[in-house]
Amino acid sequence: MKKIVVENLKYKYPLTDKLALDGVSFEVNEGEFIGIIGQNLAGKSTLCQSLVGLVPHFYRGAYGGKVLIDGKEVLKSDISELALKVGMVFQNPFTQVTGAKLTVYEEIAFGLENMGLSRNEMIDRIDYALSLLDIYKYKDRNPFDLSGGQMQRMAIAGIIAMKPEIIVLDEPTSQLDPQGSEEVFKAIQALSHEGMTVIMVEHKIEKIARYSDRVMLMHQGKIIDFDTPKKVFSRGDLKEYGVLAPAFTRICRAFDIKDEEGFYPVTLDEAYDAVVKING
Amino acid sequence: MGRIEVKDLHFSYNKGEEILKGINLSFDKESTAIIGQNGAGKTTFVKLLKGLLKPDTGDILILGKNTKETTAAELAKYVGLVFQNPNDQIFKNKVLDEVMFGPLNIGQDHEEAEENSIKALEMVGCKDIYNKNPYDLSLSERKLISIASIIAMKPEIIIFDEPTIAQDYVRREKIKAIIKNLTENGKLVLTIIHDMDFVAESFERVIVFQNGKVLMDGHTKEVYSHADILNSAYLEPPHITQLCNKLGYKDTFLTVEEFIESKQSLRQK
Repeated sequence: MKKIVVENLKYKYPLTDKLALDGVSFEVNEGEFIGIIGQNLAGKSTLCQSLVGLVPHFYRGAYGGKVLIDGKEVLKSDISELALKVGMVFQNPFTQVTGAKLTVYEEIAFGLENMGLSRNEMIDRIDYALSLLDIYKYKDRNPFDLSGGQMQRMAIAGIIAMKPEIIVLDEPTSQLDPQGSEEVFKAIQALSHEGMTVIMVEHKIEKIARYSDRVMLMHQGKIIDFDTPKKVFSRGDLKEYGVLAPAFTRICRAFDIKDEEGFYPVTLDEAYDAVVKING
Repeated sequence: MGRIEVKDLHFSYNKGEEILKGINLSFDKESTAIIGQNGAGKTTFVKLLKGLLKPDTGDILILGKNTKETTAAELAKYVGLVFQNPNDQIFKNKVLDEVMFGPLNIGQDHEEAEENSIKALEMVGCKDIYNKNPYDLSLSERKLISIASIIAMKPEIIIFDEPTIAQDYVRREKIKAIIKNLTENGKLVLTIIHDMDFVAESFERVIVFQNGKVLMDGHTKEVYSHADILNSAYLEPPHITQLCNKLGYKDTFLTVEEFIESKQSLRQK
């Protein structure tokens, strides 16, 4: 089933004269993990905002085309209504913290209170989200006493507790240590296997290569490519779009090591297998 | 004696919960990355270097001055910190005013502050936009402005907090060049960072923090050759190093380019 359908979306922020999104069209299936890449100002964050309705409802500006979330048109829906279907984890967790709650536990409850869930249901979901992100031990801390990495985990937990059908994440692991970041990617992938649709903007290219089902390459408000990681990262012109291929792909390209289909490996394991195969 | 001397440093925010548990380090010229798990004490350590926090016991000497006997304002002349998020640092409505704010506050006269600010903006490639409002600029441009604001103060020591967050490939290369330039001009550059590939490409020395202690300290290549110890500290070697380890190479390679060059020259022989 098509979870997200975007048709010829054009958008311009108020008081600017350049389109931030310029004729964007694509479809995403239920349970897919989509990675969005591209240089700064390519339109990645704006596209995320358009899926949750902040574009155009919050930012205003000029808007054309259509975004359908589960068949519902974003332009004609309230943000509050969309929030039940699509959750968004902000790039800077600090922006997301309500400032109205004194503990991490209460902070996670915020979205659930607004959904009007029963107390028992809320407790179940909060405990689940805190454990999934491994921050249960900080449940009684003040949100502003958390380190950057802990706050980022809390920001993700707060959205996951709401059990959205679609989760949009804008650089969700930027402040996590390498293994913590790997754990969060695995947790999000598990959710996508359970049917949650994942849209993630990320500069950590090796992670996108490993965890995405499909990769969207954006440049100047347009979609340049939207395909499997192998196909996108095997392109010879990535640098023109300000993107560097994964380290493993760059190595294999230098020595012309391709798989049977003629694409370069994009993950550690793929690169290892390909090299071993060639060396017999 | 190094420009920074840290002697048996202990620090805690709350009694009974020690964050830094006896750190001994010396920094002089080598660009150095401090890496470690979230909560290892990296940010606390930097705040201590800046004099924003004072040691419980032990001492920190910045260019011979003990931070316990010096104000944070005085130390600002010698140690500059580039914030992780430029939005937390920037507050003026003109780029040049923003960059001049620091220099003026540490006692440079107007002419000197302006000259240093223009030079700093030139170095980060933002001279053309000196008259713009920082809030009309993109996040990556604001990042460069926040770096220029520190460089213009001419501190001998510059610390970058997570310099590559939210930066694309082109900006990463730009920041890499700035760090190299500062090091070549004799500045001591430190960073706290989670981006292992960037550390491998840009820093000479790596210090691993774990649970408030120094777990490893050495040249970048040496530190990244210990994958097992890194894993125990919730870290990992750079991607290329991981591939070489898996393939069973004995040498440690830090960058893709280094690896490709070495293999190609081998083939030519």
